[in-house]
Amino acid sequence: MSEITKDLVQNLESIAKQVRRDIIKMTGIAGSGHPGGSLSAVEILVSLYFARLKHNPMDPHWPERDRFVLSKGHAAPALYSVLSLCGYFPRDELWTLRKVGSRLQGHPSRLDTPGVEASAGSLGIGFAIAQGMAMAGKLDRKDYRVFVLLGDGEIQEGMVWEVAMSASNYHLDNFTAILDYNGLQLDGFIHDVMSPFPIASKWRAFGWEVFEVDGHDFYQLLEAFNEVERVRESPSIIIAHTVKGKGISFMENNNEFHGKAPTPEQVKLALMELGEVV
Amino acid sequence: MGVTKRSPREAYAKALIKLGEERNDVVVLDADLSTSTQTAKFGARFPDRFFNMGIAEANMMATASGLALSGKTVFASTFAVFATSRAYDQVRVAVAYAMANVKIVATHGGVTVGEDGATHHAIEDIALMRVMPNMRVLASCDYESTYNLVLRIAEESGPFYLRLTRVSLPDIYPQGERFEIGGGKLLKEGRDVTIIAEGPLVHEVLTAASMLENIGISAEVIDSYSIKPLPEELILDSVSKTKKVITAEDHSIIGGLGGAVAELLSEKMPCPLKRLGVRDTFCCSGEAYALLRHLGLDSEGIAREVKNFLDKF
Repeated sequence: MSEITKDLVQNLESIAKQVRRDIIKMTGIAGSGHPGGSLSAVEILVSLYFARLKHNPMDPHWPERDRFVLSKGHAAPALYSVLSLCGYFPRDELWTLRKVGSRLQGHPSRLDTPGVEASAGSLGIGFAIAQGMAMAGKLDRKDYRVFVLLGDGEIQEGMVWEVAMSASNYHLDNFTAILDYNGLQLDGFIHDVMSPFPIASKWRAFGWEVFEVDGHDFYQLLEAFNEVERVRESPSIIIAHTVKGKGISFMENNNEFHGKAPTPEQVKLALMELGEVV
Repeated sequence: MGVTKRSPREAYAKALIKLGEERNDVVVLDADLSTSTQTAKFGARFPDRFFNMGIAEANMMATASGLALSGKTVFASTFAVFATSRAYDQVRVAVAYAMANVKIVATHGGVTVGEDGATHHAIEDIALMRVMPNMRVLASCDYESTYNLVLRIAEESGPFYLRLTRVSLPDIYPQGERFEIGGGKLLKEGRDVTIIAEGPLVHEVLTAASMLENIGISAEVIDSYSIKPLPEELILDSVSKTKKVITAEDHSIIGGLGGAVAELLSEKMPCPLKRLGVRDTFCCSGEAYALLRHLGLDSEGIAREVKNFLDKF
């Protein structure tokens, strides 16, 4: 359990701002990518990597480490930024995203990028891979925890509910999902495309312990990460209410930026909003 | 004929238990077919290392990857149709792309599944797995080849697809025979034609070859238990002598062993080739060997096809 101090949260907030700047620049330079769903996941990833996960960037395969799997793999820019800030690879590599020869693939690839635990991005798959890691942890009586980030559109995939059933069946209390509940998917609002409502009671019905937080509030996120430690015999899910495109006025709740990079002009505007002198 | 027939599935279970005894890292997953695939025997012996994932093959394959990425050697089993076409994307992304140490051992390959009919006949599985980068594809043809191939793939890191039949098969190999990845076995020497077979058709081809011998046709027979990588040298050596090739498989003639051999020969040693197998159609219900007869894939049908093929020259 980590103590949630004001200093810690202030530090995380400044890291989050840096991650947002990275996401804008990376996707801007690449000319493609998924900025909206990367920006909604920033506080979740920053709080995990800088305040919650046991991990060691100098030894990415340390057997005792906690695992994190980005099942909504299209948020890869957010993950890469966080990994580079942790020191898994040089910051310069961020600007090679999606280019031929880069270690930073469009979607996470474990064989390419130091710190990436699983290859994922075809939705639903990372969730089951993470489950397998949690099962191995139980089998080996290790006390690491496995976290996985799901998109809210992703839970339309049938296999998500196969995993929901089996993780509960196997009492994986070392397994925590976080739902990036930003309400939008490529084609529009999730409830217009294919309603997954009611969300919380579905997970409860599958035997999961459910927590709901503001996914941009570090106090609430860190508190929830402490809470999941206390759950016994069931997996847990933190439903994180987020805003797609969070932090950039013209990207917020605008699903145009689900899978489209900002133009050079938009990059400039966004960086100004994020306090960078260009 | 007093041929001993034994079940490849029982050989699989026996090999799994041996592996389970020798190695703590071996974990087995099944999708509610464990009493049929025989992985239940491993489960009874090593309950902590056996996970029944229920009727959820997609979940099973990606979960297998997570276990493998955490240091386990994972065997994942179900029927061949479900292991491949049902869970294709999961095998592709979580197993093959990730180079996860997952051994997919699928039972019920081909039309020799029999009475369950076309929904349960895996006639595309070899093609589907063969086209996937990083995936190595093997097919056993009797009890000993199954037992030894299972042990062999456990020694080698990374993804494998091993195809077993539902039906019991006549013994071909002696105990302790060693099978290399990328290898094949020259089972009979001959001069006039090379017949390359997989799975249950290996025995049919051997029988056909003795029939052909009686009418003066000398056929060379190769068991290509490794379909990817293909035993290229063995095949090319044989073909450089016979100059004519027949492939025989319990699978579609498109994309499987016949496809692989056609690709090899057209690039390296163009020569007349005839592919025997399921001819781009869904098959039907029926007893396994009645279906092989129906498709002309029993020993008599194969002998007839070989003779017709050679008559053209």
